Amino acid sequence: MNEELFDVRLRVNGVAHTLRVPARRLLSDALRHDLALTGTHVGCEHGVCGACTVLVDGRPMRSCLMFAVSAVDAEITTVEGLTNSDGSLGPVQQAFAECHGLQCGFCTPGFLTTITAGLRDTPTPTEGEAREMVAGNLCRCTGYTNIVRSVLRASEIAGEQAVVSTGSTDGSGSTDGSGSTDGSGSTGSEAP
Amino acid sequence: MKPAPFAYVRPQGLQHALEALAADPGAKVLAGGQSLVPLLSMRLAAPSTLVDINGLPDLDQVRVDDAGVHVAALARHADVLASPDVRRVQPLVTLALSHVAHATIRNRGTTVGSIVHADAAAEMPMVLALLGGSVTVTSTSGPRTIHASELYAGPLESTVRHDEIAVGASFPGLGAGEGVGFEEVARRHGDYALAGVGAVVRVDGDAVTAARVGFLSLSDVPVVVDVTDALGGVVSPSSTAAAGELALGHLDPAEDLHATAAYRRQLVRVLTARVLGAAFEDAVSRVRGAA
Repeated sequence: MNEELFDVRLRVNGVAHTLRVPARRLLSDALRHDLALTGTHVGCEHGVCGACTVLVDGRPMRSCLMFAVSAVDAEITTVEGLTNSDGSLGPVQQAFAECHGLQCGFCTPGFLTTITAGLRDTPTPTEGEAREMVAGNLCRCTGYTNIVRSVLRASEIAGEQAVVSTGSTDGSGSTDGSGSTDGSGSTGSEAP
Repeated sequence: MKPAPFAYVRPQGLQHALEALAADPGAKVLAGGQSLVPLLSMRLAAPSTLVDINGLPDLDQVRVDDAGVHVAALARHADVLASPDVRRVQPLVTLALSHVAHATIRNRGTTVGSIVHADAAAEMPMVLALLGGSVTVTSTSGPRTIHASELYAGPLESTVRHDEIAVGASFPGLGAGEGVGFEEVARRHGDYALAGVGAVVRVDGDAVTAARVGFLSLSDVPVVVDVTDALGGVVSPSSTAAAGELALGHLDPAEDLHATAAYRRQLVRVLTARVLGAAFEDAVSRVRGAA
């Protein structure tokens, strides 16, 4: 069968791409095979595991449950797009490194994208909210404890970076976690 | 695990979409795709054409009026769930939506799509049936409204014709003196429920004047049972037990990998009592709040 091909414009991590794919090309496969952005992992390929989660217009979605042709005009963010503009690790990535939030790393890209969006909606989650945030992502190594810790630590880092980037040192701003610099210490004690 | 080839159309207008659908008897509508795409990937379904309605304009509204909550075809579960108007006008919709899959799936999946997918294990078909809502469908020969009681024909089978697009669903709002409850039991949070039960109870003072209970995952189609007479005007351990037994007569719990039929029957008893209690409390507190 001669399969019809479609010219699809995809914006991924701020870069516009044009690819020529059959309609049945899953977004996850388009990212990995056509754009060589192999950071997005494919686990179960039917929407259960969460490894392939990317941000579509800022919202986490399963890239294995979307077709590339259906993602035209959307702004897609993959794990490759989560680093800071200077190339350093983004807050969630940094937190995973600090808190040992990953072991084999297969599920990690899905967690990083999901948590990045989750912290935008809930910047200072409680431990319960952190667990709820990652409830749709499966990890078979960590037992989730360090992932939840990473969510809470990422919240602190994001808060610190926000203070730095706005240059606010006059103390009039919020006091959420920005005074804590111990990093490795216990997290999860933060009040909602 | 890749879908079989299919022809693909992404219409920019409803008329074009309806024509594309009518042109191919093997065509299927793609909205959120959170149920359809897995079926395609596992090759349990192989439509010859997919009509992708995600580009259609003005189909993403969620609005409320005196009649209730109206959800258009492209409104995502997450948008409906987040709407304070929906919560105010029909809290059962909000309550049940929080049990629909996980947040990531709710970001893409549509409420109307879930309803016409007609999965008896899903929350929203049961909620539409319990509330006595309806779906508006349209085809090249014009629109029609399908009442929830006429919508479910069998497992994963609705009475929406192949050339019709479901453009919206309407849930009647909460009536005066009414309260709602919803609970389900799943192996894991966000999974399909082993059993789920919703209730709408109407009170006059402390007396129950009407009570309906809806069930998911307990039959081939969503089932609604009127338990007003079984309650006999009160919500008590014995009256809710009677309501549960009455409901069991209308249900056909199946045994599968996840639960035995006997366990599902036990869940009917326990959850029916719980949601009737919760809906009664909700009704009483709303009446007090309004007074």
